[in-house]
Amino acid sequence: MSDPHSVAPARIIMRDNHAPLIHPLEEKLGLMTRLWDDGFVRKAVILIALAAIWEAYGRILNNPLLFPTFSETMQAVVERIEDGTLPARAWASIKVLLMGYGVGVVMAGSLTILAINTRLGSDFLETMTGMFSPLPAIALLPLALIWFGLGNGSLVFILVHSVLWPVALNTHSGFRSVSQTLRMVGRNYGLKGFSYIFKILIPAAFPSILTGLKIGWAFAWRTLVAAELVFGVSSGKGGLGWFIFENRNLLEIPNVFAGLLTVIVIGLVVENLIFRTIERKTVLKWGLQS
Amino acid sequence: MKPLLEVDGVTLRYKIPGSVITATEQVSFTVNEGDRFVLLGPSGCGKSTLLKAVGGYLKPSEGRISIKDRTVTEPGPDRMMVFQEFDQLLPWKTVLDNVTFPLMNAHGLSASEARAKAEAAIDKVHLTRAMHSYPHTLSGGMKQRVAIARGMAMEPDILLMDEPFAALDALTRRTCQDELLRLWEETRFTVLFVTHSIAEAIKIGNRILLLSPHPGRVKAEIIDVDKVSATDGSAGRLEKQIHELLFTETDQAEAH
Repeated sequence: MSDPHSVAPARIIMRDNHAPLIHPLEEKLGLMTRLWDDGFVRKAVILIALAAIWEAYGRILNNPLLFPTFSETMQAVVERIEDGTLPARAWASIKVLLMGYGVGVVMAGSLTILAINTRLGSDFLETMTGMFSPLPAIALLPLALIWFGLGNGSLVFILVHSVLWPVALNTHSGFRSVSQTLRMVGRNYGLKGFSYIFKILIPAAFPSILTGLKIGWAFAWRTLVAAELVFGVSSGKGGLGWFIFENRNLLEIPNVFAGLLTVIVIGLVVENLIFRTIERKTVLKWGLQS
Repeated sequence: MKPLLEVDGVTLRYKIPGSVITATEQVSFTVNEGDRFVLLGPSGCGKSTLLKAVGGYLKPSEGRISIKDRTVTEPGPDRMMVFQEFDQLLPWKTVLDNVTFPLMNAHGLSASEARAKAEAAIDKVHLTRAMHSYPHTLSGGMKQRVAIARGMAMEPDILLMDEPFAALDALTRRTCQDELLRLWEETRFTVLFVTHSIAEAIKIGNRILLLSPHPGRVKAEIIDVDKVSATDGSAGRLEKQIHELLFTETDQAEAH
């Protein structure tokens, strides 16, 4: 037992790990595979297929009065954009929408700030959202017409109603779910009152607030188009809903389709472009949502 | 020398639905400038509650807490907290902004002054390369080091640490403990440190306050903890002594 290594309690046995690798460490995928992995590409393919089916069905039916083909609809879209009707109508709708949305969001913010500061305010908010969020805003239109008359006043009123409750509800639940640790950190910095709300609570609750804003937008947009179908009588001043209604009465069905398509496109742009960009620049970047 | 922090006969009680719980009863201790003071005890001894009271988040129902002769009434940046939870960094700010934010908000520094201070503090915890990262991309240990850098950059009267390394893996915990000691060697700040690990208390502290549970009461104070050393076995002996002290009490309590 002269070998000192034989008494060592543990031994290290080296293995050869320098042999050439059998599998490459990283392998590039083919172009087609990578394209198909992109959700945007897959959805574009679906849209193209749908347009083709639409076109084919329209041609077989051959009844432009009831069901125009995709190309006829696109032609109507181009013509209405060229003569300025569609942009003007779309702008009329969006203008009213922004007004209602803005007022609704500001009211929701004030209500929620009141709610987090007092228990009674919190009860008030919960009762009000509980009562009014199941009520479709459009159901208030007849009443609004009596109160505010035919015009933007009535539209703004029901838009505020459709935005206020979902935004307030989500903001409030967002505020309440801000972690105790973050609250303590904020107070440790000596933040109080509005600076505490704006510098800690709002950014911390931003995922919920953004969800509220998205839901509010979706409600408002649908409500607005529906409401416009009912009136818009100050001729030429109406929005997209009125454009659809008007053209149906004139049996300009391609225009009706063009109007519907515009409603869809604006909805998609706001939901998938604007809100998606805000999400990417905030909650996704902060790792608050994946 | 007048003590920096005085905790004098503090009883802490908090409400849970239906009843009032006494977390600590008549706890007194003092912390001097440059102390690494550790509150040690098993769960239920109210050590975290006590730290939160020093932080100003809780009002004592009895007794007084004062720092530099000012009675503590509310949270403030003169007592920076480092929490156990990894979510203590503001997720919407980068590492650098997390450190500059309180400097600008609480100390009113200009952006460039705050930046210079923050960069120095981040450099001290060796996170310069992660300076512009968002917290969610950091590991747990890195987040805790940012929190320590944030606390130190503020140059508070006392740094309050609530089991800051308890949620870390064993290896990272050791590195973080060593780093904290190295930082203390450099600047000699005052720290009040809460832990339930005897070994950590001996490693970090120069004084240890031993608390017994239900409700939290002072059982012993251990001084000159920094005189023991891990190499000659004296640290191990102290650990054993403290262990016995803590657990004979529980055995008696259970026997009743």
